[in-house]
Amino acid sequence: MMPELGKYADTVLSAYAASLLLLAGLIAVSLWRGRKLRAEMKRIEARVSRRG
Amino acid sequence: MSALLLRDLRLALRAGGGFGLGLAFFLIVTVMVPFSVGPQSSLLESIAPGVLWLGALLACLLSLDRLLALDWEDGSLDLLATAPLPLESVVTIKALAHWITTGLPLVLAAPVLGVLLNLPGPGYGWLVISLTLGTPALSVIGTFGAALTVGLKRGGLLLSLLVLPLYVPTLIFGAEVARRGAAGMETTTPLLMLAGITAAAVALLPFASAAVLRVNLR
Amino acid sequence: MTMSQRMNALWEYANPKKFLATTERVLPFFWASAALCLVAGLVWGFFFTPDDYRQGSTVKIIYLHVPSALMAINAWMMMLATSLVWLVRRHHVSALAARAAAPVGATMTVIALITGAIWGQPMWGTWWEWDPRLTSFLILFLFYLGYMALWEAIDNPDTAADLTSVLCMVGSVFALLSRYAVNFWNQGLHQGASLSLDKEEHVADVFYFPLLVCIAGFVLLFIALVFYRTGTEIRARRIRALMARERVQA
Repeated sequence: MMPELGKYADTVLSAYAASLLLLAGLIAVSLWRGRKLRAEMKRIEARVSRRG
Repeated sequence: MSALLLRDLRLALRAGGGFGLGLAFFLIVTVMVPFSVGPQSSLLESIAPGVLWLGALLACLLSLDRLLALDWEDGSLDLLATAPLPLESVVTIKALAHWITTGLPLVLAAPVLGVLLNLPGPGYGWLVISLTLGTPALSVIGTFGAALTVGLKRGGLLLSLLVLPLYVPTLIFGAEVARRGAAGMETTTPLLMLAGITAAAVALLPFASAAVLRVNLR
Repeated sequence: MTMSQRMNALWEYANPKKFLATTERVLPFFWASAALCLVAGLVWGFFFTPDDYRQGSTVKIIYLHVPSALMAINAWMMMLATSLVWLVRRHHVSALAARAAAPVGATMTVIALITGAIWGQPMWGTWWEWDPRLTSFLILFLFYLGYMALWEAIDNPDTAADLTSVLCMVGSVFALLSRYAVNFWNQGLHQGASLSLDKEEHVADVFYFPLLVCIAGFVLLFIALVFYRTGTEIRARRIRALMARERVQA
């Protein structure tokens, strides 16, 4: 059930697509880096505590 | 204080000190403009004030990375930091030396280069006035940028990225004075704003510059 | 609780461990409510609001444009506040929160600029107009770029925090100054031009309520992102410290 966007359909859809893409990219990059560093910290903490 | 100023001036004027480079850059930018936009005198006439302001601003920007870097490398900045002179005065003097060796020559060269760009008659006076009022702000803001990036290896590009947005208000009001003056319009408001920006920057920014310099020296 | 006790309770979150533990607990709530508000607001706005009689369906862009523009400015304000806290109280979490917020604010600025340009194309007949508002957002974006570049350029985290904090303060003053300068400059260019981006003035209730939901969604998303990214920065800092200690012991 697409709303009737009329002659501005491209305009509205491209604005939504660009914005949502940017937001998704930002969230993805944040999560990716967060996961990576979380794992790395666990690894290093384990190594440090093993050594005492 | 005056000893420091004289030392900086002598170093800049000495061969290899970089004096005149900014001036030469200003000249070459101005000469390149007609090549890129075409030689129609009516077009050049209308863009001349803006182009001259932008050229002076870029020439100022290009000479900034030498402002503190040489003193940083040979360790004299550390000496200056421990000297009885407060660091706020040191950065003010550095900015003043930069203005005398870069800003002032640009102000004097601008009307000559204006001829090349068909600057309209009433524009010359306003161009000189606006540059005289505006370039000290460029030097002081630039000193802040130089103090921020002084310890970095490839600080030059970063310095431009940091300083250019800070130059926006000065450029807007300065070029506005020159443009309105060239068109024979009222210039009081932008002139006062420009003077205000310069006065505020000269009065306040040295504290910020000294603060970041202290951080970089610790 | 007295005022000072309450303040002490607030400062407790400046402890990185405490911050991590607390945000870990509240983050799911923020992610979920942000998603809920964004989906609800955008679906409401996109599917169930009428077209504007002048702008046609392009009015639907408002649900992205206004919240992102709002957050672009709010993110900078937050960075200014946390930078001041860092300079005064030397809490690492505060400095790291400013660093974490910058890319979020920059993205918001880009979204506001892009949606503005896309909206402007059919409305003004041009992708870009040197309208004061658009111009000052472009300048704001340049400030974000410089701020992030300075963080990246400096190795020592404390030095970086100090320098970026001062840059943020000085930049705020100049960004504000640019806003007024740009206003003045564009009036100087075309006298009496009647383009106005000020949509709030004539926004009707049908558009207003979904817009509010979208704004809430963007605020919640911003908080979630900043909490999460600050946690990441805290971990990065801890990794750095552990590695340094290892090197010393080795």
